[in-house]
Amino acid sequence: MRPFDYARAESTRDAVDRASDAGTQFIAGGTNLLDLMKLQVMTPDRLVDINRLGLDQIEETEDGGLRIGALVTNSDLAADARVRTHWPVLSRALLSGASGQLRNKATTGGNLLQRTRCYYFYDPDTPCNKREPGSGCGAIGGMTRLHAILGGSSHCIATHPSDMAVAMRALDAVVETEGPDGAREIPIADLHQLPGDTPHIETVLKPGELIIAVRLPAPVEGAQVYRKVRDRSSYAFALVSCAAVVRMDAGHIAQAALAFGGIAPKPWRDPEVEASLAGAEPGDAAFDAAADIMLAKAKPQDGNSFKIPLVRRTLKAVLTEATKEARQ
Amino acid sequence: MNLRLKFDEPDGNNRLDHMAQGVVGQGVERPEGALKVAGQATYAHEWKLEGMLHGVLARAPSACGTITGVNTDEVEALEGVVKVIRDPRMIRNPAQGTANQAPVQGVDEVFYFGQPVALVVAETFEAARDGAARLRVEIDGKDVSVAPEAVEPEDGDNDSQGDLDAAMKDAAFAVDVTYRTPGHNSAAMEPHASIADWDGDSVTLRGSYQMLKYNRNELADSLGIDPENVRILSPYVGGGFGSKLGIAPEAVSAAIAAKELGRPVAVALTRQQVFEATMRRSETRQRIRLAADAEGQLTGIGHEGLVSNLPDEAFSEPFTQGTAFVYGGDNRVTASQIARVNRTCAGSVRAPGEAVGHTVLENAMDELAHTAGIDPIELRRRNIPEKDPVSGLPFSSHMLAEALDRGAEAFGWASRNPEPGQVRDGEWLIGHGMATAVRVNMLMDAEARVRLSPDSGVTVETDMTDIGTGSYAVLSQIAGEMLGQPMDRVKTVLGDTDMPPASGSGGSFGASSSGTSVYLAALEIRRTLADRLGCEEGDLTLKDGKAIAGNRVIDIADLLKGEALEATGQCEAGDVDEKVRQATFGAYFAEVGVNAVTGETRVRRMTGCFAAGRILNPKTARSQCLGGMTWGIGMALTEELMHDPRDGHIVNNDLAEYHLPVNLDVPQLEVILLDERDPWANPMQTKGIGELGICGAAASITNAIFNATGVRVRDYPATLDKVLEGLK
Repeated sequence: MRPFDYARAESTRDAVDRASDAGTQFIAGGTNLLDLMKLQVMTPDRLVDINRLGLDQIEETEDGGLRIGALVTNSDLAADARVRTHWPVLSRALLSGASGQLRNKATTGGNLLQRTRCYYFYDPDTPCNKREPGSGCGAIGGMTRLHAILGGSSHCIATHPSDMAVAMRALDAVVETEGPDGAREIPIADLHQLPGDTPHIETVLKPGELIIAVRLPAPVEGAQVYRKVRDRSSYAFALVSCAAVVRMDAGHIAQAALAFGGIAPKPWRDPEVEASLAGAEPGDAAFDAAADIMLAKAKPQDGNSFKIPLVRRTLKAVLTEATKEARQ
Repeated sequence: MNLRLKFDEPDGNNRLDHMAQGVVGQGVERPEGALKVAGQATYAHEWKLEGMLHGVLARAPSACGTITGVNTDEVEALEGVVKVIRDPRMIRNPAQGTANQAPVQGVDEVFYFGQPVALVVAETFEAARDGAARLRVEIDGKDVSVAPEAVEPEDGDNDSQGDLDAAMKDAAFAVDVTYRTPGHNSAAMEPHASIADWDGDSVTLRGSYQMLKYNRNELADSLGIDPENVRILSPYVGGGFGSKLGIAPEAVSAAIAAKELGRPVAVALTRQQVFEATMRRSETRQRIRLAADAEGQLTGIGHEGLVSNLPDEAFSEPFTQGTAFVYGGDNRVTASQIARVNRTCAGSVRAPGEAVGHTVLENAMDELAHTAGIDPIELRRRNIPEKDPVSGLPFSSHMLAEALDRGAEAFGWASRNPEPGQVRDGEWLIGHGMATAVRVNMLMDAEARVRLSPDSGVTVETDMTDIGTGSYAVLSQIAGEMLGQPMDRVKTVLGDTDMPPASGSGGSFGASSSGTSVYLAALEIRRTLADRLGCEEGDLTLKDGKAIAGNRVIDIADLLKGEALEATGQCEAGDVDEKVRQATFGAYFAEVGVNAVTGETRVRRMTGCFAAGRILNPKTARSQCLGGMTWGIGMALTEELMHDPRDGHIVNNDLAEYHLPVNLDVPQLEVILLDERDPWANPMQTKGIGELGICGAAASITNAIFNATGVRVRDYPATLDKVLEGLK
C-alpha cells in the first residue's frame, strides 16, 4: 500500500472542496477501496473521510418516496421497514449481495461506485484499460465468466458488480450529488457510463462530486421480484441477476420495469424490451419475444456464452413469478 | 528410558482397550481451543521481535524466460525500503512433502507466472508491499504452451494385468468415459508466513509448517548450513491441507534476508501469493474403463490419465492410488502421464490421489450401475474384493460393506427413485447419489518424550504439529489414558524442532504415527511403575493418579519417590505393507436440488459413514470428516483454479473468486464413525481419518445431480452452465 494523506471532512462542502483534485478519493465504508489500495490497483494520494457527515438518514419525501442518505449502510437499508414494505426488490437485492459483515460497513453511495470484479482489473501485472488506459484488455481472449455480454466494447467487457444498483435502476432512483459546481440530480440510468474507448471513466461524476443521497420515487403498484443467479449460495457476484417491477391491468402487463446485473458494465435496462411487454399477455410467447429483443444485441465471449440461455431462462422465470404475483 | 518399536507384525495386545482412565475414545475438547478462540494462540506472523523488518516477495509477471534486469536501485530508494534481495539460494516453489532437501533454487530463471524472484525488505509491511509491487523485472521471455493437453506428455507410473481390451469387448455392460477435474488450492485460513531470527550462525524460524523434521533439513539445505543450526517453531498452524508440507519461498527468503541485514525478518504471503506461489493440485484428465458381466461383477478396470507439473518436480498427482485395490476385476490397467507446463507448482493438496481419482472412479461406477440397471450400492457390494486384487495380499481390516449398509440406512437410501429426473420440489429437481470412500493408510517414523512428574502430571513433548486437526487433544488423551491421568493433568507441547522428531502432519498418518510414539513412551513408564509395584505391566491399572495392582492401591506420586520418570518412544514404520493392504473405507450419500430454471445445484443433506480403525476422539475425528465432506461440496460444485490460456497465471487468485463453499452451501452433514480395530496399523489399532472425508465425496453429489436431472457433468466443477447444457 502506498502512503496517503488522510483528512476527515467536517461538512459536505468541506468534503467537496478537499476532493477536487484527481488524486483524492472519498472513503466511506472502504469495503472495496481498501482492498484495491492494498493491491495498488488504486493508489490515491489522499483520502477524504466522509463518515461523519451525517448522511445516514432515511427520510420519507413529500411525494411519498424515500430519500436514502449516502452513508446509510446496506444492512440498515435492507432492514428498513418502509423499504421492506414498499420497495422489497431493493431489500432483497441488498441482502443477496456480499456478506453480513460487508453489508454492515458498505454504504449506499459506495455501493453505487464500487469497481468491477474483473480478474484482470485486480491484477496490476496484467493489461487492463480500466486500470491503465491503453494497456489493453486482458479479459478479451482470457477468462470471462464474470464478464459482459451487453454494453461492452473492444476495450473493456467488465461488469458492474452491484446488486443494489440493479434494483434501484428498476425503481428509477435519482442520485443527488454535491459538487464543485453545486448540487445536481442524476437519474440512475445516467450515472454509469458504458466503456466505449474510455473504460476508465465509469460515471458522470466530476472530481470532487459527492453522492449525498439516493431518492426513490413513490412506490408503484404491482409485484417486485429480485432474482440472483450465482456460482455459490452466498458471497458470489451475480452471473445474471434481474430486478423486476411489474404492474398488471386486466390480465395484461401494464408496465414491466426490468433491470439486469452481471451481464453489462452498468445495471442494464432495455426500453425496447419493456415496450414489447407493455400490453402483452403474460406467457412464453411474450417473454421469449422480450428475451429475443434483449439478447439480439448480445456479444458473448467464449467463456460466458452460457449467459445467453441463462438470461432468457431467468427473465422468463422472473416475469412468470412477477406477473402471477401482480395479478393477485 | 527409551522404547523403540519397529512395527512389522500385527499388534496382539490391543492395550488401549484394557486401560482404565477412559479418555481415549471420548470427545475430549481441544486443550488449546480456548487460546485459539481468545486470540491468545500466537501464530507464526504474530510474533513481534525486537527490530523486526518485513519482507514481501515480488513476482515474475510472465510464464517463462530469463531475467535480464531488475530496477533494484529504484525500489531501494523508496522511503522505508531497506533492501531488495535476490539470492541464488531462494527457492522457486515449496519443497514437496518429505523432500528433506531444497527444491529448485534460483531467481534468474522464470518457470511460472507469479514465481517469487525477489524479496523487498522494509521497515513496515506496507512499504515492503509497495516496493514489491513497484519492482520491475525485464524478462527475455520464451513462448511456451501453458495448457497440459497441448504439450507432449511424459509417461508416468503404469501397471497392467490381464487383457482389458478383451474384457471390454466381452463385457455384458461396459463404461468408457473421460472426466476432467480442475486444479485446486489448499486455501488454508492462515496464509504462509515465517519470521527468521539469527543468533550467530543459528537461525530460529517461526513458521507455519506441517512436517518440521523435514522442513528443518529443507531450510538448512536451501541456506547451505548445518541442520543443527536450524530451529523451527510451529506450535499453531492455521490449516495446511498439504500446502505447508515442504519449506516454502517465504521461509528461505526470510532467513537469507535476516542473516544479511542482521535483524529479524518477517515474510507473509498475501492471499494472492498463496494461490500462485504455493502448491496447487494438478488438474486431471481421467479415462475410466469398466467392464462387467451380466451380474455387475467387474471383469476389468482401466484408469488412465494426464496430470501436470513444472519441470524437475518429482510429484505427480497419484490419481489411481485407490483404484489399485478398491474393486476386484482380473483385467486391469492404470497409467499416468505428466505434462510439463509452466504453471504454478503442483503438489499435495487435500488427499492427493483419491480425492480426485477415486471421485472420478465413483462417477464411472455410477454410470455402470445406471447402464446395468443395478442399484449403485449393490454394484459396489458385489465388487468388494476378498483380497488386494493386484498383489493378492489380504486386507488388514475392511469395513466398506458395513459403511454402505449403515450409511444407506441412516440416509434412507431405500426410498430413492433410481429413475433420473423424477422427483421435483417446486423449481427444484431432487436427486440422490452415493459414492464410496477409500484412502490408503500409512505409518511413519515418529518420536515423542513423555514425562510423569509427581507434581505436574504428564508432559508430552514432540515436534509434531497440530494443523487444526486435534493433535494436542489426541496425544494428551493417549498419554493420559496410558498413565492414568485426567486430561487436566496432561500437557502436550508441540511444534518445536528442539523436541523429538515426529512424523509431522500429512497423509492422515499423524495421529497414528505420533500417537504410537507417545504410546510407547508411556508404556515404558508403565513398565517402570509396574517394576516398582512388583507386578507385570499387564497387571497394572492406572487411573486418576492411582496405581492399582491386585488388591493394592497407591498414589502414582508415591511410586515416583519425588522424581519424574521420563521416557522416549520411537515408532519405526516396518514392512507391514509387504504383508497386508491397509486402507480406510467409507461411503457418502447426498441429496441435491438442481434448479430447473438456472441449473444451480444446492446440496440439501449429506451423510458420511467411515471406518478408520480405533477413533481416538470422536469429536475431532468428526470435525475432520465434516471438513472433508465440505471440501467435497466445493470440489463437486464450485472450486476451480482458472488459468489464463495465454500465460497460465491463476486468474481467480483470491477467496472472492476461488469459490470455496460458504456456510449456506453446506447443509446439515451427518457423520457416522464405525467401531473398528486394525492390528496391522499400529499398537493403538488406529487408522488415518484426516483425508478420508474427501476421498470420493464429490462423486456422491455429482451422481445425485444425474439422478435429479439425467445430466452427466464430466467436467468438474458442476457449475450451472454445464448442468444447463443438458436441461430442457
